[in-house]
Amino acid sequence: MSFPWAENYAPKNPLMKWLDAKLPLPRLVYNAVGAGYPVPRNLNYFWNFGVLAGLALTIQIVTGIILAMHYASNSDMAFTSVEGIMRDVNAGWLLRYMHMNGASMFFVVVYIHIFRGLYYGSYKAPREMVWLLGVVIFLLMMATAFMGYVLPWGQMSFWGAQVITGFFSAIPLVGDPIHTWLLGGFAPDNAALNRFFSLHYLLPFVIAGVIILHIWALHIPGSNNPTGVEVKGPQDTVPFHPYYTAKDGMGVGVFLLVFAVMMFFYPNALGHPDNYIQANPLSTPAHIVPEWYFWPFYAILRAFTVNWLWIPAKLWGVLAMFSSILLLFFLPWLDNSPVRSANYRPAYRIAFWVLVLDVLILGWIGKSPAEEPYVRIGQIAAAYYFAHFLLIVPIIAAVEKTKPLPNSISESVLHGEAEEAAPIGVGSAH
Amino acid sequence: MLRFLAGLVGVGFVSALLIAFLMPREKVEPAAASIYHLPEKEVKFSFDGPFGTYDKEQLQRGFQVYKEVCSACHSMKLVAFRDLEEIGFSKPEVKAIAKQWAVEVPSINPDTGEAATRKALPSDYFPSPYANETAARAANNNALPPDMSLLAKAREGGAHYIYSIVTGYQVQPADLLKRFPDAKTPTGLHYNPYFANLNIAMPPPLVADGQVTYADGKKATVDQMAQDASAFLMWAAEPKLENRHRWGIVVIIYLLIATGLAYGAYRNIWRDKKH
Repeated sequence: MSFPWAENYAPKNPLMKWLDAKLPLPRLVYNAVGAGYPVPRNLNYFWNFGVLAGLALTIQIVTGIILAMHYASNSDMAFTSVEGIMRDVNAGWLLRYMHMNGASMFFVVVYIHIFRGLYYGSYKAPREMVWLLGVVIFLLMMATAFMGYVLPWGQMSFWGAQVITGFFSAIPLVGDPIHTWLLGGFAPDNAALNRFFSLHYLLPFVIAGVIILHIWALHIPGSNNPTGVEVKGPQDTVPFHPYYTAKDGMGVGVFLLVFAVMMFFYPNALGHPDNYIQANPLSTPAHIVPEWYFWPFYAILRAFTVNWLWIPAKLWGVLAMFSSILLLFFLPWLDNSPVRSANYRPAYRIAFWVLVLDVLILGWIGKSPAEEPYVRIGQIAAAYYFAHFLLIVPIIAAVEKTKPLPNSISESVLHGEAEEAAPIGVGSAH
Repeated sequence: MLRFLAGLVGVGFVSALLIAFLMPREKVEPAAASIYHLPEKEVKFSFDGPFGTYDKEQLQRGFQVYKEVCSACHSMKLVAFRDLEEIGFSKPEVKAIAKQWAVEVPSINPDTGEAATRKALPSDYFPSPYANETAARAANNNALPPDMSLLAKAREGGAHYIYSIVTGYQVQPADLLKRFPDAKTPTGLHYNPYFANLNIAMPPPLVADGQVTYADGKKATVDQMAQDASAFLMWAAEPKLENRHRWGIVVIIYLLIATGLAYGAYRNIWRDKKH
């Protein structure tokens, strides 16, 4: 599906004509990310991050496949084999640091991508399915990243696995047998390491599949835009290629620059020193901390410290942590304000920025030890997180007085001027 | 209906958290370590910063300190003799170092198959001073000297931390004992404010100037030996650091040019489109 004014794929070269008749793959690409996909003309830089997430996944898959050629998924050999990659494999240090920091970069761009969706109401009708599939991708990413972090079999790998798999033992009655069954033992060991490796190799391809669905679902209504006003006519859009391929090309350059600075000059800044100590089930680290992208959720998990309503604190924590992500599935219906973009929703815009601050605070608490004052700050921040999505957003949607929307994207851009009125050079001003 | 149910769930989570927030906390007395623990000392290394490189003469001196002092207790299982070529030793020198290493490599008698030992070769990894963890603990008052291959990356502060520990031994302050009478350093441990819990099992390894006689004639003060050993351990943990910095600079220059061109292309394509 596309807008009626979308450019039509018309191959001129006989070979391409032949290919189009037999297997119209070039046509598919043309309509997906080529001139055949009309996109709102007013997208800002925050719309670069979907492409960047796709690039990050590609980097992870390519480096990961090569790393797997040198890695030994055996609890006796895993740690040494990773160090073998760092020391003896040609450019192994490069591959390994790329993969390690690439995971962080992936989460950085995906978090920005998600918050962009929250700010501009991209989760709302008619794009609910795009959002739902996005949340599925996010969950798969978290599972993949967690299992990947276990593979080097350092101290944090082992104890992180111990804590995270321990969630399943919080399930009433059947928790312990399920926990043992999932791990293939009473604690993480060779059996767990092997299945984590197998799944860590599988899930990125599942993510790639869901990304195809995510883009497919996006192409039905077309991309959202900073005004949140739907596309009304050809004057509102530009073809994806060359306009957004050029803009994304620049975005890719900036992304790779940040990535290169991290990878070449601060490769271990986001890691934990304890993971350079081989896993030792008999020695617990002073503070068990997950990777930075899990800190907010780890803070939510640990914020529940009292048994309440006959539910033990640990189960509260696990339920809350999973709920904190699962509630995103309901967001399109929790927020039924007809206005999408927060630019026209003064109350929601404030709530959005408070949420951003709240998640940053949760991240800081997740990193900190479970002591006062961190625990209490974490409890308030976690309470606000749930209140935002489950109470504040639905209430704002019901009572908020929104600002008047522009009639169309082109009106908001041109302010009534004709396109040609802008002289060259001035025309590209925002 | 959905919004009503969501509201109920929200009230549930928020109330559980507010009750937890209001619960009175047990008063926690500060531990001695939280007051007397010190951050790493200021010390400058050649490999600090994005343009840092290794000083090969320093690494060779550091290796000498490792060989003559540290290696008596600390293994370095991930570093091989052949790797020493990277810090400027020649092939024959490496061969000689391996051959003269104080500990031999476990092997078998080729005739009988019985356990035996042989002289190390350049392809061997540094042989460990103890046969296993139990032997290491038995010889060290039940403490385990950590393997040194990755030590500089496995501690917050890296080489700076190692330098601080090695030069940081002190007499336990009197006011600490006044405030925490139970915190007296137990026999067999040593007071060191740079160590997380203030009491470290390792006795001061570098005690006197001239403990090592440097082959390059450099004066072997305790401070110099500590710096050199810390630098050597950084190299042992991250042997490809120089490579990484060199690649990094080239990649960043390349990306700056590429991104500049991409920005130009972007401006050019959009020049007559208001957006």
